[in-house]
Amino acid sequence: MIFRIVKRAELSKKKAIAIRAAAIVLALVAAAVFIFALGRNPVDVYLSMLKGAFGSSYRFREIIIKAIPLTITSLGIAIAFKMKFWNIGAEGQIFMGAFAASLFALHFRDMQKPLMLLIMAAAGIIAGGLWALIPAFFKAQFGTNETLFTLMMNYIALKWVTYLQYGPWKDPASFGFPKVANFSDNAILPKVFGIHIGWIITLILIAAVYVFINRTKKGYEISVIGESENTARYAGMNVRKIILTAIFISGGICGLTGMIQASAVNNTLAVEVTGGVGFTAIITAWLGQLSAPIIFIVSFLFAALLQGGAYIQSAFQIPQAAAQIIQGTILFFVLGSEFFIQYRLVFKNEHPLKTKKEGA
Amino acid sequence: MSKKVISSVVALVMMLSLVLAGCGGSQAPAAKTEGTSTDKAPAASTNAKTDVKVGFIYVGPANDGGWSQAHDEGRKYLEEKLGVKTLYRENVPEGPECEKAITDLIDQGCNVIFTTSYGFMDPTEKVAKQYPNVKFFHCSGNKMAENMSNYFGKINEPRYLSGIVAGMKTKANKIGYVAAYETPEVISGINAFTLGVQSVNPNAKVIVKWTHTWIDAAKEKDAAIAALDEGCDVLAQHNDSPAPQIAAEQRGVWAIGYDIYNPQAAPKAYMTAPVFRWGPYYVEQVKAIMDGTWKASSYLGTMKDGVVDLGPLTSVAPEGAKEKVEAVKSKMLDGSFNVFSGPIKDQSGAVKVEAGKALTDQDVLSMMWFVQGVEGKIESK
Repeated sequence: MIFRIVKRAELSKKKAIAIRAAAIVLALVAAAVFIFALGRNPVDVYLSMLKGAFGSSYRFREIIIKAIPLTITSLGIAIAFKMKFWNIGAEGQIFMGAFAASLFALHFRDMQKPLMLLIMAAAGIIAGGLWALIPAFFKAQFGTNETLFTLMMNYIALKWVTYLQYGPWKDPASFGFPKVANFSDNAILPKVFGIHIGWIITLILIAAVYVFINRTKKGYEISVIGESENTARYAGMNVRKIILTAIFISGGICGLTGMIQASAVNNTLAVEVTGGVGFTAIITAWLGQLSAPIIFIVSFLFAALLQGGAYIQSAFQIPQAAAQIIQGTILFFVLGSEFFIQYRLVFKNEHPLKTKKEGA
Repeated sequence: MSKKVISSVVALVMMLSLVLAGCGGSQAPAAKTEGTSTDKAPAASTNAKTDVKVGFIYVGPANDGGWSQAHDEGRKYLEEKLGVKTLYRENVPEGPECEKAITDLIDQGCNVIFTTSYGFMDPTEKVAKQYPNVKFFHCSGNKMAENMSNYFGKINEPRYLSGIVAGMKTKANKIGYVAAYETPEVISGINAFTLGVQSVNPNAKVIVKWTHTWIDAAKEKDAAIAALDEGCDVLAQHNDSPAPQIAAEQRGVWAIGYDIYNPQAAPKAYMTAPVFRWGPYYVEQVKAIMDGTWKASSYLGTMKDGVVDLGPLTSVAPEGAKEKVEAVKSKMLDGSFNVFSGPIKDQSGAVKVEAGKALTDQDVLSMMWFVQGVEGKIESK
């Protein structure tokens, strides 16, 4: 079969929804074959995934706790992506934010709680922002490739935290086990309605990022640079300065994730502090079409998928790897559908222009 | 995509799911058997007693060929003997993920939880505070609460015995030891093993290679190869996967396993292994909970209890080792032999335990120094 890939001009909302729905259906069918091969009933497994995600208030809370770092990090990434600055370094920015917050939490154990938390948050934001500024500076100055640069910075940050945990910051009370001492209660974010206050921060950030991107001059400038740097320059914008500012904000938001996770979830600094969110958030930011409210919805659904997947693992006693294959299959189809929303296949004997009109 | 295509896809899915539902029905998924599983238990003992559902948290895969598998065998034994329903979560990292994994299992109805890795200690303690009605058991740690026991086995005894086997086998007088973390549990194990080695072969050295993980087959293999490259011809391990045993077999040398008895992992290299048998302890504890007589405790299982043991010696093991091992083992069983009785020197040659004295269990649980004969460093203090 010979075909070519052609970019779609414009797609009606209805069609886009139809493609996405078809993707989900196909994903469920494909995963069903796999579940069936495991000797389980796919319908039971799917129902149980739903039950596992939404079946009790505990499970719902767990989804929110997972969705918090995912949403915040996606928001940070989205700002950079809006500018077509491919910030793959969220993971490292989270690490550095967590590190800076821990620095204060561990050394000023008796500081008053509100002050301590504010300082920790500020430290997290600044550290994450500065960490992101390094590749941004090289991009703005020398046009280096930010994708590879930010990616590599992740490993430096990871190894830095590993070094601290296994070396100078190792808790002497842990009998040689590589673990940083727990924060004092003063450095732990309070809970509101049974979930740490990160969820309120998330809601505020969603609104703030939405307004920033859509209603402020800076946000507009970021979008223009994303569309065309030359246009921005021609319009008299200081491209270099805007890139640096936007990336500082992007990294700072990711750094805040680090502070929240270290404080509320880990209660200390650990190599597990990111939980891989820095990479997962790239997916959710992209699926969320870089729009703050949609990012929230996507992150929530993603967290539900994770929670449901964890549930079926113990409910059906299927191996963890198998549960992750099911999750991965669903994700693969959903991501794949985005491709078909942007592009379409044209077969050999079909005239691209003719059908293009039809699609519009 | 036209409406026709969509509708046919939908139809296809519906058909498929119907077919699959029909076929899969006979498989009786775990969730459905929930109500019936307790019926298997002897009716007399469960009548009007606490209903239990037991959850296990593993640091590696349930079939890792080592540590976690030993616990999973205990879980299956528990299911078989008491007919209680059990759940498990595998590959749980030592950190906040563990807290979530425990609370997930509680949410799924578990009221007895076993967490089976050292790093699960603090998360277990934290969750135990939040759920006073759930009973917790943490393996290989030292924390306790009203609803939280800790338990472990005196694995140092069979480790000492396996040292005898290794010491008799080595011709290079260099034995590699692939070890996880610089914790007292691992350090005292290396020491017990080395004392066993030196009891039959005072010239042999034990070379320690750290992996800084409990389970990671790739890192364990790298550490094993590093030891082999230094000329070791026997490998022992305090890591969860059989990777070091396989590495030894590939070099045509020998290995001591750990956790479970599994000579098939490396049949040409495998001599024996210090092993855990958790099943009877799990049954005893869960039964006490069902009977309402349970109390939190700190338990250190011995060879006498059957919780720890040395696996049978294979045909690869050196000649005469069996007799030597049996002789020491019988003394361990009648209590006349202590692995850590003096004189014991540390790496610098200074006498740490004088003749006629011995380390207490408590001393061993906080041991942060190596005995003479160990080549390696405890980097962190």
